[in-house]
Amino acid sequence: MQPSLLIIVLLALVAMAYHLGRHRSIATVGGIRSVPRLHSLPCYYGAYTAIWCGIPAFLVLGLWLAFEPNIITILVVADLPEELRQLAPERLNLVVNDIKNLAGGNIVTGVASPGVQAAADHFISLENTSAAALSLVVLALGILGMGAAWSRISPGLRARNAVERTVKVLLIVSSTIAVFTTLGIVLSVLFEAIRFFKIIPITDFLFGLDWSPQMSIRADQVGSSGAFGAVPLFAGTLLISLIAMLVAVPIGLMSAIYLSEYANRHFRALAKPLLEILAGIPTVVYGFFAALTVAPFFRGIGESMGLTVSSESALAAGVVMGIMIIPFVSSLSDDVINAVPQSMRDGSYALGATKSETVRRVIIPAALPGIVGGVLLAVSRAIGETMIVVMAAGLSAKLTANPLEAVTTVTVQIVTLLVGDQEFDSPKTLAAFALGLMLFIVTLILNIVALHVVRKYREQYE
Amino acid sequence: MIAVFETRSPIMDNSIAMNESDFPRNTGISSDALGERKISGTVGEIQVQDPRMTCRNVDVFYGNKHAIIDVSLDIGKNEVIAMIGPSGCGKSTFLRCLNRMNDTIEGCRVSGQIQLEDQDIYDPRLDVVPLRVQVGMVFQKPNPFPKSIYENVAYGPRIHGLAGNKTDLDEIVETSLRKAGLWEEVKDRLDQPGTGLSGGQQQRLCIARTIAVSPEVILMDEPCSALDPIATAKVEELIDELREHYTIAIVTHSMQQAARVSQRTAYFHLGNLVEVGETTQIFTNPRHRLTEDYITGRFG
Repeated sequence: MQPSLLIIVLLALVAMAYHLGRHRSIATVGGIRSVPRLHSLPCYYGAYTAIWCGIPAFLVLGLWLAFEPNIITILVVADLPEELRQLAPERLNLVVNDIKNLAGGNIVTGVASPGVQAAADHFISLENTSAAALSLVVLALGILGMGAAWSRISPGLRARNAVERTVKVLLIVSSTIAVFTTLGIVLSVLFEAIRFFKIIPITDFLFGLDWSPQMSIRADQVGSSGAFGAVPLFAGTLLISLIAMLVAVPIGLMSAIYLSEYANRHFRALAKPLLEILAGIPTVVYGFFAALTVAPFFRGIGESMGLTVSSESALAAGVVMGIMIIPFVSSLSDDVINAVPQSMRDGSYALGATKSETVRRVIIPAALPGIVGGVLLAVSRAIGETMIVVMAAGLSAKLTANPLEAVTTVTVQIVTLLVGDQEFDSPKTLAAFALGLMLFIVTLILNIVALHVVRKYREQYE
Repeated sequence: MIAVFETRSPIMDNSIAMNESDFPRNTGISSDALGERKISGTVGEIQVQDPRMTCRNVDVFYGNKHAIIDVSLDIGKNEVIAMIGPSGCGKSTFLRCLNRMNDTIEGCRVSGQIQLEDQDIYDPRLDVVPLRVQVGMVFQKPNPFPKSIYENVAYGPRIHGLAGNKTDLDEIVETSLRKAGLWEEVKDRLDQPGTGLSGGQQQRLCIARTIAVSPEVILMDEPCSALDPIATAKVEELIDELREHYTIAIVTHSMQQAARVSQRTAYFHLGNLVEVGETTQIFTNPRHRLTEDYITGRFG
């Protein structure tokens, strides 16, 4: 049986189990009228039976499908003729691939040798056996589980408690999946980064002022020897993020204050969604807006004032990124400002404070933790933003504080290092992971600081 | 502006001309029902010898809802006037008219004339900032700012530039807290958040905050409704002391409280000012049937 068909059959079995369990629970007390004599509602007995039927079967199905290919491959390799087994691991891999292709009916490299042909036949027969065994085991497990649960149903069985426990476990599993995914991402980046730091000393990476990751691949090649000082990249990232925040924080905060404190209801209903449209524009669109409209505009202004502005400038990328981030700042600030109780405003107005005094002295301080949280969220968004800077900030890793020059950022370099064919033993490629790790650490620190700030300056108003 | 009152007969004693059918209890409130709801005139003396505030023919609308109907009332100097009445009768709305706090409510419209010392407070040229300094307000729920105790009291003087230097400000804070009877309890922890005080202390802090800008009138909107009896007693005692320097208008649901703290009492009913008079007279010898029903607990 195909796994997909098996899943459908199993689902049908689970549905049947639910009904059987439900009916039996009603039958044990002798009819629907006596349901109050049951410990739990009939549907809980149904769910109880369904859980016993479904969960073990699906668990086995999942594990089986996960480990089946490996086990079959090991078995097939063990049965290969002696001369094939003696091959180097890479070559052996190719042979195994050939066998699988042959078994799957795909095109094979060269002519299949009799040994490989025999292995492919073996492979097919193993797969068939495995599929049959899987169907048998899973269905048997499902029916057994259902039967066991069904026979246990009695008016005193605490089905509700059991179902609630299962639900709780399911919820715990879901939340751990999210946590473990994060952990997995961190570890995968970490191991590659450690490989990089084995080639390039970590101090060179962290404190080097020169970034030129081009490495000669062959010994006789003329080319740069590679320099991996990440400081210019972080400087570029900081410069662009700073420009972005200089644009986004004042505009976002002030528009939030206007919308929540000054604007009338109609204007607010119109303006807020319009502002939030900014967040829905794809970053690649912002990217060419920056590269094709804003950058030439800034260059034109700069030239008319006698300044040299490169056509890919930190300023253009930063300003456009700032515009992109405005809705983050304004939307979050608007929410926290609205959450400040009306009684605070009343108290301030009743003392003869004007609107702006009330905003400055009461509302902003009360809303500050939320605003800081929103701004820090926007900062990590700016640091991690890729598309705009790829298109508008340029690639030259210059260490400069001049926003009119082209700079490059960590994310841009990660993209350029990983685009195209790469060899994974070269520090050039591994550098991308080191950069990724640094980026992750920076955002993590930022988040911790944000949490700390929020906790420290929280002004409670209840 | 000069106070010119088109006063009707000062004593609008229509005695007990109203009967039950004139006054449907469960009126769906709308402007259409206006004619039926109108209680003709107010029983009792609306004028006083020495008024601090005078209100004449005040109407308030929230959108289409007619919340206050033709109310005229004087508030005398150094008196405590209590406003009582069942929920939704407009007493809080009326109170909020007196320092234009209704301005902050969208769709609220006030007509008629309210004067503070000959100054029409609804004059379009009038700035509400000095008005609200002169007429301060304490709210139902204590609402200290999420700042330190000191900053709470210093807030008003700071925004109005009442203190030249730190010493002056310290003095204002101390005096205000003393007047509010809170100084002894908080003098050692002025830098701690005002929100950390108990409910009664918070309310007294709000009173201190209000008197820090030296108002002439203090409006209190059910200041004790969120407090326990002991804290209530302290605030009531405080109100009695404050009368020496300030005029106080207090809205309350507690008739005992009105009887304890006020000299005059005004009874509101569904947007109408039904009766006003000396507190002792209102509580011992009400002249309007609605007032009598309310204070004897027949409804409300």
